[in-house]
Amino acid sequence: MKLSCSAADEQFRQEVAAWLAANLCGEFESVRYRGGPGDEHSCVGERKAWERRLHQGGWTGLGWPREYGGRGASIEQQVIFNEEYARAGGPGRIGHIGETLAGPTLIAFGTQEQKARYLPGILRGEDFWCQGYSEPSAGSDLANVKTRARFDPDRRQWCITGQKVWTSLAHEAQYCFVIARTDPASVGHRGLGFFLLAMDQAGIEVRPIEQLTGTSEFNEVFFDEAVCGENDIVGAPGDGWQVAMGLLGFERGVSTLGQQMLFQNEFDEVLRIARENGAATDPAIRQRIADAHVGLRIMRFNSMRMLSGGGDDGSLSREAMIYKLYWATWHRNLGKLAMDVLGPESEILDDAPYALNRLQSLYLFTRSDTIYGGTNQIQRNIIAERALGMPREPRG
Amino acid sequence: MEFRFTEEQEMIRATAETFLAELSTSAAVRAAMVTERGYDPALWQRMCADMCWQAMHIPEEYGGLGLGYVELVATLEQMGRYLLCSPFYATVCLAANALLVAATDAQKRHYLPQLAAGTTGTLAFTGSSGRWDAATVEVTCTPEGDGYRLRGSYRYVPDGHTAQLLVCAARAPGSEGEAGISLFVIAADTPGISRQWLPTMDQTRRQAQLVFDDVLVPAAALLGEAGEGWLPLARIIDLATVAIAADQVGGAQQSLDMTLAYLQERVQFGRVIASYQAVKHKAADMMVRAEAGRSAIYYAACIADEALAGGPLGRELAEAASIAKAYCSDAYFFNAGCGIQLHGGVGFTAEYDIQLYFKRAKSTETFLGNGAWHRERLARLLLDGPAPAAVTEALA
Repeated sequence: MKLSCSAADEQFRQEVAAWLAANLCGEFESVRYRGGPGDEHSCVGERKAWERRLHQGGWTGLGWPREYGGRGASIEQQVIFNEEYARAGGPGRIGHIGETLAGPTLIAFGTQEQKARYLPGILRGEDFWCQGYSEPSAGSDLANVKTRARFDPDRRQWCITGQKVWTSLAHEAQYCFVIARTDPASVGHRGLGFFLLAMDQAGIEVRPIEQLTGTSEFNEVFFDEAVCGENDIVGAPGDGWQVAMGLLGFERGVSTLGQQMLFQNEFDEVLRIARENGAATDPAIRQRIADAHVGLRIMRFNSMRMLSGGGDDGSLSREAMIYKLYWATWHRNLGKLAMDVLGPESEILDDAPYALNRLQSLYLFTRSDTIYGGTNQIQRNIIAERALGMPREPRG
Repeated sequence: MEFRFTEEQEMIRATAETFLAELSTSAAVRAAMVTERGYDPALWQRMCADMCWQAMHIPEEYGGLGLGYVELVATLEQMGRYLLCSPFYATVCLAANALLVAATDAQKRHYLPQLAAGTTGTLAFTGSSGRWDAATVEVTCTPEGDGYRLRGSYRYVPDGHTAQLLVCAARAPGSEGEAGISLFVIAADTPGISRQWLPTMDQTRRQAQLVFDDVLVPAAALLGEAGEGWLPLARIIDLATVAIAADQVGGAQQSLDMTLAYLQERVQFGRVIASYQAVKHKAADMMVRAEAGRSAIYYAACIADEALAGGPLGRELAEAASIAKAYCSDAYFFNAGCGIQLHGGVGFTAEYDIQLYFKRAKSTETFLGNGAWHRERLARLLLDGPAPAAVTEALA
């Protein structure tokens, strides 16, 4: 067990840092630290241009195999990139759904034709994707998807009808991957298909959801006989659940240290304010600040364990299974701590009608952290059932 | 990244688990804990002769095995898991560490082989103030002839009534705080020392009071420079803090495991109570704490190795120790407390072992500073020291 990384990885880190220093400036200075969770609606045009700059630098498709145009970087290098990216204040990646979800799914399950058609646009930072999973009646119970896919044999195409919800960046994306029911008589995770749809068509309507932050990162997406070609289904009809769940294995924690660097930036801001406004002298605040520091450091140690090769058999290790519950809870607590450190000033907006400052936005937006991607309650079920072997919840 | 056990380390961990599961059984613990001595000398000898545990992290040149703190922490975790009643912690994590940090080469050559071969030892530094910082040192040392005269008393000394070798801290008369402290190594049967067992609520860990009534020690007993003992003592305490946190992680894990076993067999309302969601969620929260605590002690163990080897990351020792102790203290208490609650009525009986863990959770929490004490220590580092950017740099 050791903490140091190899000389080659250290060199890679310097290469990443140097490139970011040379490129994340000038026209891109304004996007630094922007576009992260809670701020995804900002600077969209500049951040799309930034994706193309990343491509020119060879930094898109970092973990993709070389044969598909990726860089074939090791897990360690991907971690290093994410960490340096966050350290430099790299903006929230508009391309991340394509790069980390759609692309790897196509590489794993797609046909040669699908790969040739969709992968290059993702790599070039030109095609952006969104994810059509959740529905009004399929949240935590994702398999309860009601959206239907009907094959039209005359036009040789699939027709999709239904509603998706909580779709990030739907209004900015060219494509959406959708799970929909190919067998209308099926229930649960059987009888689903995984489809690739162009967003720019008459059968799709995107409606932003106004959140409690006053902003709209998320959308509702309505499909009314939206179409895609007969070859735009990944896997066979009925395989959609397996393809969709295959995505979950791709993440592997490479973005966790980058995420933690963002958390560190936020925590540093709270520290700075506490020292300036005197909150740092309040014993109760001191305890909570130290507790947040303990939590963030342990989050990092936990990721280091996770990235050091738990779950070689493809299953998630115990430290990986606690990760979502742990970070989401920590981050939500940081939001509340930030307000308590600010004191009365925490109520005062930047501007009317509802311009939140960064920490107010953190406070409100982190309420979603413990809900999306599996609520804390679902996470505890998963931990209890898969890691601790406790009996499964009855499923209707 | 190699933040995981090597094959050899995993073997050491597994061997410790097997040995203690067989020999530190509930019956063995209950037999040892009602004696004044507090441990079984035959088991102590087997730990020494069969396992060479006392020699584990002592360098080979001083009669040890030359293994590291990671191996030690892995073993301590298992000792906590099986509630080992033993002067191992006092001997290895207090006395041996004290000599490793503060002794001259000649002193190490004289004393460390004795400890490696089964002589027991401990560290006495705490007075009756209940503090864990330099102010706790109350015993005074006055130069006399070729040596020193020590006078005063120590309280809360682990296994102080049975230890054969004492490392003790004393201060120059009239000195305060971190100034004027010296360290000595002496035989416990030196004239003028009277020792008394202090019966404790947690019966698995022994504490004693030591009264020094004009104890005369030779100059050769001094460790390091006279009056300059606080820096080495602080380092010794930090190393000991990491070690007790490892005991806590083992206890937190076992509190979960034994509770799970009970939940899986106890039937109410026609089903095992492990199937109720309220119970599962509590168990999931316990696992989060055990795993996060484990990440914290492994990291701290790597840092302790660096500190003992004089590596650059050794400067993080105080911080890593406080992170581990703050988190693991609360984690163990949480898990043992939940363990009693989830056991229901039988959790309140003497018969079930969960009560022993609940008591050890509290005694280890208090020892060397509880969570709040260590969080305040971290708060000073974060909020009272240099400017935030420099702090971040130092912690990165």
